[in-house]
Amino acid sequence: MLSFTIRRLISLIVTLLAAALVVFVVLEILPGDPAAVMLGVQATPETLAAVRAEYGLDKPVPVRFVQWIAGLVTGDLGISYTYRVPVSTLILERLAVTVPLALIAIALSTAIAIPLGVFAAARHAQPADAGVMVFSQIGVAIPNFWFALLLVLLFSITLGWAPSGGFPGWASGAAALGALALPAISLALPQAAILARVTRSSVLDALGEDWVRTARAKGLTRAQTLRGHVLRNALIPVVTIMGLQFSFLLAGAIIIENVFYLPGLGRLVFQAINQRDLIVVRDIVVLLAGLVIVINFVVDLLYAVIDPRLRTRR
Amino acid sequence: MNVLEVDKLAVSLGTMPIVRGISFSLPRGGTLGLVGESGSGKSMTALALMQLLPAAARMDGAIRLNGEDILNAGEARLCALRGDRMAMIFQEPMTSLNPVHTIGDQIAEPLLVHGKQDPASARRTAMTLLSRVGIADATRLSSYPHQLSGGQRQRAMIAMALACRPDLLIADEPTSALDVTVQAQIIDLLRELADETGMTLLIISHDLGVIGRIAERVMVMYGGAVMEEGPTESVFAARLHPYTQALFAALPSRGARKGRRLAAVPGTVPPPNALPPGCPFYGRCPRGQEVCRDNPPPRVQEGGSTAYCFYPGRDV
Amino acid sequence: MSAASRRPALVAGAIITLALAAVALVSLLWTPYPVAVMNIAARLQGPSAAHWLGTDQFGRDVLSMLMAGSRTSFAVGFVAVGIGLTIGAALGLLAATRGGLIDEAVMRLADFTFAFPAVLSAIMITAWLGPGAVNAVIAIGIFNIPVFARLARGSALQVLSREFILAARAAGKGTTRIVVEHVLPNIAGILVVQGTIQFALAILAEAGLAYLGLGTQPPNPSWGKMLNEAQTFLHRSAWLAIFPGAAIAIAVLGFNLLGDGLRDLIDPRLRRQR
Repeated sequence: MLSFTIRRLISLIVTLLAAALVVFVVLEILPGDPAAVMLGVQATPETLAAVRAEYGLDKPVPVRFVQWIAGLVTGDLGISYTYRVPVSTLILERLAVTVPLALIAIALSTAIAIPLGVFAAARHAQPADAGVMVFSQIGVAIPNFWFALLLVLLFSITLGWAPSGGFPGWASGAAALGALALPAISLALPQAAILARVTRSSVLDALGEDWVRTARAKGLTRAQTLRGHVLRNALIPVVTIMGLQFSFLLAGAIIIENVFYLPGLGRLVFQAINQRDLIVVRDIVVLLAGLVIVINFVVDLLYAVIDPRLRTRR
Repeated sequence: MNVLEVDKLAVSLGTMPIVRGISFSLPRGGTLGLVGESGSGKSMTALALMQLLPAAARMDGAIRLNGEDILNAGEARLCALRGDRMAMIFQEPMTSLNPVHTIGDQIAEPLLVHGKQDPASARRTAMTLLSRVGIADATRLSSYPHQLSGGQRQRAMIAMALACRPDLLIADEPTSALDVTVQAQIIDLLRELADETGMTLLIISHDLGVIGRIAERVMVMYGGAVMEEGPTESVFAARLHPYTQALFAALPSRGARKGRRLAAVPGTVPPPNALPPGCPFYGRCPRGQEVCRDNPPPRVQEGGSTAYCFYPGRDV
Repeated sequence: MSAASRRPALVAGAIITLALAAVALVSLLWTPYPVAVMNIAARLQGPSAAHWLGTDQFGRDVLSMLMAGSRTSFAVGFVAVGIGLTIGAALGLLAATRGGLIDEAVMRLADFTFAFPAVLSAIMITAWLGPGAVNAVIAIGIFNIPVFARLARGSALQVLSREFILAARAAGKGTTRIVVEHVLPNIAGILVVQGTIQFALAILAEAGLAYLGLGTQPPNPSWGKMLNEAQTFLHRSAWLAIFPGAAIAIAVLGFNLLGDGLRDLIDPRLRRQR
């Protein structure tokens, strides 16, 4: 298990570096002078030179890459051009909204999808199964930001149960959680739809295995077999999909935070684009990509916990 | 009292008759071998005894375990019987063990499910069972199935089946997936354990060698029906039914490797719904006449063996 | 049994997508009202006989805008899938036939592009190049490349291991000819199925970007853009938010059903799992 973890860890670091390199290179290749883009119409030769110096844009490309990576590792990302505060402070503040939002959404979608998928598989080819599949098809097709608007229409405007947007800050406790309720539900729906589908088919696959018959021959009831034997095996593909979904969840969070005016990373990156604060955009993109990569690393480790065969192979 | 009594058991899937009214009984400590090609209904008979047939299957007749009718027993009662009073081991020890649970947990599970022991003592019992089936290394308890060899996995399956000291053990092709050398070890182990615990053993195989090595009585099945039955020695000597003879003729000569064993019975097993109303073997039988096709064959006894055939006998 | 009851997903998907294609084509020639023409006097009217789906804050007819918006969705889907399919399939086939370092490089590259979902890469690209439909489509298309590369490589390897390939090689055919004559026809079906699914995803992604204001720019009609504008009037003119969203959901549903149905048609073994 230890050598497995170390090997994965090395591949994690390589992947993170590669992702950073890709972001860096893509932005180098794209036409346009970042300093000019950031300054827009106010650009004069003096201000351009000042901005270039402040962000080290006058240095050679490899030096800038190394400095940037060093900054990412130490957390010193410089000062935001528009906000005039350290980029790291800005990002940390916003993460305090985005991370809880993503976690609530994942928890919610898992809590809905796994029981639903198992339920459908246990009633395979019955009306309940077909019902779950229809729910899944529709859930996948509904854009989460539209679903968010429908939720606002129903729960904020019509019923007045939840705020339609904004975030009061964590200091306000329950109100902060309440502000995340509708966003989390809108993020969770499409994820739950996909996850329910995957769970169903993977439980169906597992139910056809020989060891299910063995478990039944030992005297386990259908429900005991499902809980004790089928679920853990069926979770392997489900966890894979959850890992892959995480990147869609973050992308979804960018949109959903804008629907609800939540001060998270997604809102920040959107604002930074509008204010042409390219440094912030680049750092957030690499951070989000890094987050996805780290989550998939965790998923890889989770596999090994669930499936003992992977600990010795590979 | 007989541990197992099967009376005119019939199994069908949709319109297909899989097992066509077979009867037999097994006393305490008895061993019966079911032999026949794949598709002859042996495995379905075994699954019917465990009441683990696919949901679409329909059953008729009677099955009594220790005198209790289990064909009409409720699901809760069946769960209480399975793994406790009757246990089963399967052909593929690799796929029949759950890949994500340790061997120890899987052996101890029947004891826990049936409330026989607490987890700690179940683990100790699992260790004893494992060494009893020939795996002396106690660290194997925490191994996962993929870390064991084929023979070791089947030993673990046997330990699991024996955990609650069942009255009846059904072994469905327990050695077919194993190497020839390991096959003999597993068969000898099963025989020893049956002698030692006094349990009743129903062993299913397409391999006459396996049956001859372990079973006191043998039942030759074809097309879901019994062709010939009796004490193993008598049946093996008499070979009244042409199908029994075909099975013997198909045995490889000494020293031949597995995989060829039954390849040589001429023709193939027809699907169950294509069988004639009379003797199921009619289409492939060298002695088949019109009378065989249309009428149920008569029962003939000779030299201790019982066959169902119009033209029985070793040398016709 | 009728075709519809045997393959409900395929039939429903085909009907929805064909209907949408018809709407997109019709909108080129005719819409109930001119799309870009504003009529402040008729602003924010609810559904009526004159305006079946109501009017927006500039008095534009919602139905006409939805019809025209379907063109945007189709265009985005075709271009994004086209980019992903052609480049992805080429890379995948290259990886499958060359193997070795090229294979390794292509697959590693595909491996970590999953960290950049379409919306994220689109944000990066539009931040630099400026928002617009073209940039959004390119970003979505790039995201599609690894999907098709992986699929093409996997299915091509399966085909290449079959006996008739050996026979073709024995007959002296070169790799390029084998790929064109034997591999491509065999993997085309599965690529088209995936293309249909990615088409649905592209529509969703474009709608999201347009909603953020990073995709299609006014005055070009786009369902996502309409939702963005509708949010301001959500409390008084809910229909503005309901119809464009429903249009997106129906289009995505149609393409997903079509893709699933086609997959079942091509590979009946997968049917049980769907």
